Amino acid sequence: MTTQAIERYLAPTQLEPALVALTQPGGATVLAGGTDLAPQTEAGVRAYRAALLNIRRIEGLAGITDTGNEIRIGATTTITEVRRSPVLAEIAPVLVAAAERFASDQIRNAATLGGNLCNASPAGDMSPPLLVLDAEVELSRWRDEAVHTRRVPLAQFFLAPGKTVREPEELLTAVVFPRPGAGFTGRFRKAGPRPALEISTVSVALGARLQAGVLHEVRVAMGSVAPTPLRARHVERALEGRALDAATIAAAVEAAGEDARPIDDVRASAWYRGHLVRVFVEEVLNDVRGN
Amino acid sequence: MMSVETEIRFMLNGREVALTVPVTMKTLAMLRERLDLTGTKYACGEGECGACTIEVDGRTVNSCLMYAVDCDGRQVTTIEGLRTPQALHPLQQAFVDHGAVQCGYCTPGMIMQARHLIENRPGLTREDVQRGLEGNLCRCTGYTKVLDAVQDVAAQRAAGCAGAGAD
Repeated sequence: MTTQAIERYLAPTQLEPALVALTQPGGATVLAGGTDLAPQTEAGVRAYRAALLNIRRIEGLAGITDTGNEIRIGATTTITEVRRSPVLAEIAPVLVAAAERFASDQIRNAATLGGNLCNASPAGDMSPPLLVLDAEVELSRWRDEAVHTRRVPLAQFFLAPGKTVREPEELLTAVVFPRPGAGFTGRFRKAGPRPALEISTVSVALGARLQAGVLHEVRVAMGSVAPTPLRARHVERALEGRALDAATIAAAVEAAGEDARPIDDVRASAWYRGHLVRVFVEEVLNDVRGN
Repeated sequence: MMSVETEIRFMLNGREVALTVPVTMKTLAMLRERLDLTGTKYACGEGECGACTIEVDGRTVNSCLMYAVDCDGRQVTTIEGLRTPQALHPLQQAFVDHGAVQCGYCTPGMIMQARHLIENRPGLTREDVQRGLEGNLCRCTGYTKVLDAVQDVAAQRAAGCAGAGAD
């Protein structure tokens, strides 16, 4: 792949000039933490566009806000900020748990939530927990002299490894999810040869409301078992409205094989991934049942 | 193929610096090749090993992944900025005292990350230190003495704070 020469560098403090830059001929490469962009461009698997657009200085693009009904996390919020957020610790510990196991301290200090999603790795650590939180992403673009923003459910955002529904002129500005209801509980599991700096072999997240021993609003998400992070609809159907007992857990574990479509690659075999995902589904359900 | 260059200005180890860098240059290359600060090491070049750890605005990052242009307007500290004219930084001294060095290549990154841990979290346990140093690899595998050195300084800090509180 040939690397195009970068003609312009921009580090705007406002959203508008950033969105305008994305509409210019030759387009713009978005730079935030750089933790994916740097190695991908150095390795030649990704080319730069005509402009390099640093979005880290845009005011209002970082931070976690609780608006009552919704939690909003700005695109340039770092993984460290997610990990240390008292708001998220209380409302969405499943997301904090995933941030705990995200790469290393140095990477968490630089990497951004928006970047992790736009990189669209099947193994992206923030995706399964955000999928079970029913998150949506905000995509903004400049058109007809104004900012236009659409929301896309995260479950529809990913298309393939490295590919999302985001248009080249669009910027992911925030991730938003509804405040989980009373009784909501979440779990996250990730496997790799060591806890740190590991591209997950398999990850599983669960979100559900457990009421009188029965699961409601069940959401299960998986990473590294398909070309994109996904919602495990078969597992969810096996659990929704059922008493959380041994028979239900066994049915959910069986259903995991319907959702996971793992491949053999350098990190693990398809067989091993298929096995791990069943183990994780069983573990998280037993964990919820035990509490 | 040449890319555009841009001028940046930032605080480096307490002194303002200004220079022009190619927009794709990484901070590590700028430090070593343009500013002659070779204490920060290149090893893996992809954020896996921590040898290039520096501190930017109070947070440690892998300088091999950070675009140099993003240093503009920020406070950058490297291993060269730790000692005073009179003495080594307590962590540097502790690494010497504990022999927490084999080949020494990972040491600057280890010390930068350990300093970040000690300054941001009082009462560090051994597990805290282990987790905090997850992003720093030592290929000589001399981890035990590194952990001892860091815990020693953390304990000195804790004792110092307790003493000050008792007065």
